[in-house]
Amino acid sequence: MACAVTAGLDRPTLPGRDAFGWATVARPSAAASGFSARMRRDEALASDMAAAQAGDAEAYRRLLRDCLPVIAGLARAQGVRADAVDDVVQDVLLTIHRARATYDPARPFLPWLRAITQRRAIDRMRRAGRRPREVHDPIAYEAEVDRGPAPGQGLEARDRERVLARAVAALPEGQRQAVEHLALQERSLDETAALTGRTKGALKVNLHRALKALRRTLGADPTDRDEAASRPGERGPHDV
Amino acid sequence: MSDTARTSSHDHLVDSLAGGLRPVRRLPGPAFRALAWCAAATGLGLALMPFADLEALRTRMAVADLRYAALGAVLTAVAAAVAAFQTSVPGRASAWALLPLAPAALWIGASGVGCLRDWAVPGADPAHLHQTGGCVAFLLTVSLPLSLVLVGMLRRACPLRPNLTAALAGLSAAAAAAALLVPFHPHDATATDLLLHALGVGLVIGANGLAGGRLLRRG
Repeated sequence: MACAVTAGLDRPTLPGRDAFGWATVARPSAAASGFSARMRRDEALASDMAAAQAGDAEAYRRLLRDCLPVIAGLARAQGVRADAVDDVVQDVLLTIHRARATYDPARPFLPWLRAITQRRAIDRMRRAGRRPREVHDPIAYEAEVDRGPAPGQGLEARDRERVLARAVAALPEGQRQAVEHLALQERSLDETAALTGRTKGALKVNLHRALKALRRTLGADPTDRDEAASRPGERGPHDV
Repeated sequence: MSDTARTSSHDHLVDSLAGGLRPVRRLPGPAFRALAWCAAATGLGLALMPFADLEALRTRMAVADLRYAALGAVLTAVAAAVAAFQTSVPGRASAWALLPLAPAALWIGASGVGCLRDWAVPGADPAHLHQTGGCVAFLLTVSLPLSLVLVGMLRRACPLRPNLTAALAGLSAAAAAAALLVPFHPHDATATDLLLHALGVGLVIGANGLAGGRLLRRG
């Protein structure tokens, strides 16, 4: 009998609790008194269960309430997640009720309770493992934003480059040079001035006018772009 | 769930269970219940005895391997019944499930040795296929009521591993049926015979493990 009770003492425990969930005293010298207290507690539980088998509802209520912290402690030691411990407690209470005829008062109560709790904890963890995890949003898959490139993105980019190249090509020579060197190729004013032979002030004015003309040309409705680009009178002021 | 709601939920369940409490008759010990089932199986065997050829049985039991195979089947039936009843009670060691292994080894080993007689002894009387089919039908037919009685008795307990308990019950019923088959098996065993017997026993164990497991997993 004593062996059966002590069989659970090498189990992983919570701080301040033993394998059966009872509060323990930290001092090693108190181990003997803790063991005898546990034995007395086991005997009290066994006595209550024997009375419950005979139909004593008050003893049964007391027994089940005393079992609550024990069951919760055992479930946590078994690895049940905190949010599932209550479900295990309720499963165990129902199993105790169904299995109460199988308890033999000549044997210790806590191993009987521990066997039920461990099995119900395992059952609960198995059920949780089988359940799909992300089913809370049924349209999550459809609503998920695809962060990759859209199917026509490459075509659109090539179209934009073609339209821009045509608009730039339609600019007057000075403005075209300013856009190509300063904006597209990101050269400095000095480099561009040396390459084109224009002054830095003229390059700035030409770039300003070119951007204004491009904004007017490219900012219009796509169907009008070609027309705007092909009308020489709307190219803007001549370059300097 | 908050602590208050949790406590209230548990208290509600405790009050509900305690409120509907009825006295229960304590179950007898697993060994006693196993003995009761063995007595029932023995009763079935005695009821079948008037239809058996006892003289042939006596002759066959003079052969060592047949005698050991029959003894192994009987011991397997008893050991598996004890194991099934033990595992149906919470808190009993699951190592009880290993109890039928040794007698099952004797049963299977002696039956396997019996198969060799077909080749070793020229004058042996091996079973024909239609006779073997009759043996399998006998195994399945006798196993059914034995399984039903056993599962019905086990349902009164609370098996925490219902499939294991039910499979042990199936082994017990199949072994008992095989033991009861001995007086009605007037020919020597062959490999085909043994294989079909094993198939019948496997069917009984599998059916018990599946159907019995569901029956025992009530509540």
